[in-house]
Parts: sequence; C-alpha cells; structure tokens
Amino acid sequence: MALLQISEPGQSTAPHQHRLAAGIDLGTTNSLVASVRSGQADTLPDAEGQHLLPSVVRYLPTGEHVVGFEAKAAAAQDPLNSIASVKRLMGRGVEDVKTLGAQLPYSFVPSDSGMPRIHTAGGDVSPVEVSAEILNVLRARAELSLGGELTGVVITVPAYFDDAQRQATKDAAKLANLNVLRLLNEPTAAAVAYGLDQKNDGVIAVYDLGGGTFDVSILRLNKGVFEVLATAGDTALGGDDMDRVIAGWIMQQAGIGDDADHKQMRRLLRDACAAKEALTDADSVALNIELMNGSHWEGALTRAQLNELIDPLIAQTLSPCRRALRDAGLKVADISEVVMVGGSTRVPRVRERVGEFFKCSPRVDIDPDKVVAIGAAIQADVLAGNKPDDEMLLLDVIPLSLGIETMGGLIEKIIPRNTTIPVSRAQDFTTFKDGQTAMALHVCQGERELVSDSRSLARFELRGIPPMVAGAARIRVTFQVDADGLLGVTAREETSGVQASIQVKPSYGLSDTEVETMLRDSMTHAHDDMGARRLREQQVEADRVIEALQSALATDGELFLADDERARIEAAAAELDSLRRGDDHRAIKRAIEAVEKASADYVARRMDANIRKAMAGHAVEDFK
Amino acid sequence: MSVDLKQNYFALFGLPVSYTVDRATLDQRYRELQRLVHPDKFASAADQERRIAMQQAAQVNEGYRVLKDDLARARYVLELRGHRFDDERNTHQDPEFLMEQMELREALGDVREAADPFASLSGILEQVDARLAALSAELDAQLVADAAIPEPALMAVQRMQFFRKLAQEAQELEADLEDEAG
Repeated sequence: MALLQISEPGQSTAPHQHRLAAGIDLGTTNSLVASVRSGQADTLPDAEGQHLLPSVVRYLPTGEHVVGFEAKAAAAQDPLNSIASVKRLMGRGVEDVKTLGAQLPYSFVPSDSGMPRIHTAGGDVSPVEVSAEILNVLRARAELSLGGELTGVVITVPAYFDDAQRQATKDAAKLANLNVLRLLNEPTAAAVAYGLDQKNDGVIAVYDLGGGTFDVSILRLNKGVFEVLATAGDTALGGDDMDRVIAGWIMQQAGIGDDADHKQMRRLLRDACAAKEALTDADSVALNIELMNGSHWEGALTRAQLNELIDPLIAQTLSPCRRALRDAGLKVADISEVVMVGGSTRVPRVRERVGEFFKCSPRVDIDPDKVVAIGAAIQADVLAGNKPDDEMLLLDVIPLSLGIETMGGLIEKIIPRNTTIPVSRAQDFTTFKDGQTAMALHVCQGERELVSDSRSLARFELRGIPPMVAGAARIRVTFQVDADGLLGVTAREETSGVQASIQVKPSYGLSDTEVETMLRDSMTHAHDDMGARRLREQQVEADRVIEALQSALATDGELFLADDERARIEAAAAELDSLRRGDDHRAIKRAIEAVEKASADYVARRMDANIRKAMAGHAVEDFK
Repeated sequence: MSVDLKQNYFALFGLPVSYTVDRATLDQRYRELQRLVHPDKFASAADQERRIAMQQAAQVNEGYRVLKDDLARARYVLELRGHRFDDERNTHQDPEFLMEQMELREALGDVREAADPFASLSGILEQVDARLAALSAELDAQLVADAAIPEPALMAVQRMQFFRKLAQEAQELEADLEDEAG
C-alpha cells in the first residue's frame, strides 16, 4: 500500500531491498532489454554478445519456433513462416490487414475476435502471441544476466499507438508472464535517457523514426518532471517504408515485374535495407541483385538518388512535427534541443532535414537504437521502488482524441488529443424509449468527424438500467484513461444510483477470456500450473497490503482512526494474514478486498491530509 | 475529512479564488501535486491505492487544465460565483464587435487567395492574440471583487469565446496550408 507509504524524502519506510526490473523496447525491426545495474542503465546482450534481438519469429512444422537472428536469417527462404514486423499488426483488424497485406507477405486467416491470425507451418498465431514470444526471449535474457526473477518491466510503445494497439501490447506481456509496471511512450523514454544525463531544463523535441513507426513529442523538462506537451506521429511509417521505395526503384532499374514472389521480395527488401545502411557512410553503393531466372543485375545507388527517393517519406514526418508544435502552443524558436531516436535517424538525409526544420543540430550522442530501452530501464528501476527518493516524474498525454458515436455516424469528442493522462471525463446519457433497460455505446478514437474514418475501439453495452419513462434516466458514463493510455469505462444511473454493468467488446483486441485461454495453453506447455500462479500472485499482493498497512498504522493510525475503525481494520488484516498461509487464492483475494474496504476511508484521509499539508505550506488565506 | 473529488480547483492548488493566477506558481503547484498523487508513485501499491491515485491525478490534471487556460478559468470563476452559462443564448454584443468579427472571418476566408497566405494568416492570428490578451487584462480588472458578477465580464468571456474559435479555425487553416506546401 504505497499510498500509505508517503514519506518525507530520505525517510524510506522499509529496509531497502533491490528489486529486479527491466525496460523493454519491443520494436518493429529489433527489440532490446535494458536494466539499471550499479546505478548505470545498459542494454543486456545475449550469450553471443548481441544486444539487438531481431523482432522475427519463425514457426517450424514441428511446432517449435525460433526467435531473433536465426529466424531473420531464414526469412528470405521461408517468408510465410518467419513473422517479421508483427508490431504493425498489433491491435489491428482484418480490414487494416487488407491494406497492410500488400506489404506483409503472410497468409492471414480471420478469427472470431476480429483480430487476424497468421497461418504458419506451426499453426495459426495471433500478432499478440508472436510478440509474446519475443518478450519471452528478452525476459529469459534479463533473468539470466540479472540472476533472478523480474519483479516488473516497463514496455515501450509508440506515443501514437491507439488504445487497441496498447492493449494488444499489454496482452502480449501478460502472455509472456511479465508484470507490466507501465507502458511508456517511446519518445518519453528517450527523453528520460537524455534528460537524466544532462540535467537541463527546457523544452525539447524528440524525433523518433523507427522501423515501422514515427513519433514526435514535445516535452518540457523541469527538475526531474518530464511533461509531454504534445505528441503526434504515424504508426505506419518508418525505415521499412524507405526499404520499400528503394526496392521499388531497384525493381524498376532491373526490370523486375510486379509478379515477384515472396522470396524475391524478401531478398529485394533485404538488399534495399543493406544499401540504405551502407549509404550512411558511403556516397555510392554497388548493387548485385539475383533475379528469379538465376541471372544477376548489377547497378549502383548513390546517396543523392537515395535522398530523392526518401524525401517524400521524410516530408511525411515533418507534418506531424508542425502539428505537435502547434498543439503545444509553441514555435520552432522555443525548442532548445532535438533528440534523435530510432535506427532510421542514422540516415544522413533525415538528420539534415530535421535539423533544418527545428533550426538546430539534432542530438545523437546516445545510440538511437538503444536510447528507448535505456530510458525504459531507468523508469522501471524507479517504479520498482529502487529509488524511493527519486524526483523523476513522467507526465504523458493521450495521442488521439476519444469520442463516442452519436446520431448519423458522427463522433462526439469526450477527451481531446494531447490531454494529460490520467484523465477522467463524464458524459450523461438518457433513454429514448419507455422502460428501456439497456443501452449501447460505441467508443472511437481519432481526429476525424465521422465514425467511418476513425478507429473503432470497443462497443459497450450497459445493462440493468431501472425501467423508467423515456428521457427520465440519467446515465452518467465515465471515461477514464490511465497512465498507460488505456481506456476504462464505468456507468451509473444517477437518479437511482444503480451501477449499470458494462460488457465490453473490443473491436480488434482479444477479450479477457481469450487471453486467459492462451495463457492457460502456454502454461500447459511450460508444465506450469495456473492455480499455483494465481496463488503466488495473491500471496504477493497480500504481503504488500499487510506490510503497508502496518507501517501506516504505526505512523499515524492514532491520528486518523477511531478505536472501533482501527479494530475493524486490524481484524480484517488478521484474517488476511491467516488465509495468506493457506492455498485458496480466491479466499485470499476476498480477504484483500475486505481489508481494502475496511481501510478505504483511512487511505483517503491520509491522501487528503498529504495534499493539504503540501499546499498549506503555501499559506493562502482562501485555503479552507 | 475525506477526499472530496469535487473540491474547488483553486483550493486544491492552494490558490485564492481569482481570475488572476500567477502562472509560474500554478505550474510549480501542479508539479508538486503530481509528485504526491501520480500513479507512478504507487506502481507497486495495492489495486485500491492505485485506483485512488489515478482519480486524484486525473483531478489534478483537470484542475490544471482549467486554471491555466484563460477562458476555462474565467468561466470557472464565474460558475463558482453562481453564474450558470447557457451557451445557446448570447449576450447582446455591440455593433463594432460584430463588425470586427465579420471582417476577421472574411479575411480568413480570403487567405488562400492572398499573395502571401502565410503572412496574411499570421497577421490575422496576431490581431486575434492581441484581442485575447486585452480581454484577459479586462477580466483581471473585472473579476477582482468578490461575489458580484459584472455584466462586462460576461461579455468579455463571450468575446473571448468568439476569438478562440476564430484562432482555432485560423490554426487549422495554417496546418492545411503548411501540409500542402510540404
């Protein structure tokens, strides 16, 4: 109960124990894991000394799979079973996949959940499961090099990820058996990595061009507080697109037709990527392309030609930069620094154009591939409780407006983009028929006016509205976006006080039941036991609750509690303590809830007193 | 003494109820409050505390949003003084103001045809910003006394709303023009 643990700086409550935590950058092309060791955040290498893990999973007919370099190496020969760039499919629906399908050479099979599955020799897999395999490898790597089980992780996501994409990422973590302390926006993570290094206050821009996503965030730094003022981006724009335009140019030059097969395409993309990378240092690169008939085409790509090819893509990133500035209410002159993030910012032309745009030379001193994972590791270390006196605080925003469908397929915005999270907004609805007891809500995300132009997030069905005449019911629906950027909805009929129940049908994600089923399946494979896992989770939570409660009671139980209240809380805690030793995870859960219920007022009083104490220090006559 | 989520934002930030707010103090209080209540400070806490922290942090964010914005803050102060806004009904505005509005709208409509659309747009935006600043100064003077709601303050708020809308449209046009120019 950390709420009960608010302490003065330097006055940590419990004897300190270092908790193992890691930051994970789950990238389109490559993924990384980093951790803070001896005060230093570093990415962790595998046994061969490789830090980057290619985000490729290859499914074999035997039911086994391989992840990383081995899978990447096989991708050209076995494109249909080697799943790369799966991040582009996270939280996407069957319709989106049709658009992306031309770029991603997989066989898709529709599924019940609206989330497409990919057909492989090892069976059909969802993008969430593919991501979970990548996370599994990184978790194992971290646990091996840190020498113990991870308490929690921070996983980064593009700032411009919508709710469905974030939820899918969280589901993947759950499948990989990871405790997610926070989903952190990639540009914010990069700012942390730079900010803590520099201790500079001011307004910075983070330009993050990865393999498949682009983000730009404008942040104000002030004594350890990183306040995101605005963010913008494109979740389907990155280095992959550069490779594609280069491959297209090669095809044109070499006379390769549009009928090139998957293998040929994969090889072309690989060669295009290699040429792009070589042109970071060289002015010209020789090309030797194997054609389908076995003959070879030879040619060259110059940097000038490359620049011409990718200029339109770079221009596409500058429009979000302008929008972010405008939303932040700032001008280019207000930006003191620009930080470059993502492998694609190695391309000299990108640095040049971004420098011209922001009128300053971009910062590249931290490896653009590693900077996000390093920032995530720093945040994970703080969230795990290893730095109780740390001043760092990250205040992020929601990247896209949230709204609900109204008459005529229009969207009414409830929470506009770039609102600081967490945020909570309520909206009142009423019934339009006599005796109506249910109501449907369609939640969308995006900036356009029409539902058809926006991302459908979920359909909520409210039930249990007391029957009344039309228009008499007042149903207050509260939309809450948490610090991970994830939406939650609650509803209540105000005249009767009835809590309406909500059934959520995510438009593209997996339902909780589906995640649970997958988890159970994966457990069976791992010879683990679901019940044992649940029990362990509840016991940890019980310990947390008891420890925090005792320390709080010792500090100010006298001050805030009447004797009978205290007796009730202590009785509930004693009951929990005895059940905690048993093996019934449901009973422990109920006992935890009982303690929480008994201590709810106490917790609230302490919180309130803390705020008052802090603000009272400012001596204001109006403060009552 | 329980946490009152409907607690007035000025009290939450330890500030007197007033239209005039020192921005630096407000910013500093905001950071101080978030350091106390942000869910990240409760990352390893029990679910209940995390929920409460989230509600508190959302409340602090909402308060900050209202208090740092001239228009939202003016409306909030007037509402605290008992005024109920009816956005359907407009206060009577004098002809000069209405004329200026029309002229600005026309100018905005002509931007695309202007020799230098960007220069013409920034001219409009400067004019609107100057008007907004003047209205804010007017509210500083109007909303000092307690309790009473001066009619000119209501009029100023409504004008502010007009200019805000205009500024927003001008910015959207600027965004479109910039994107078209590449």
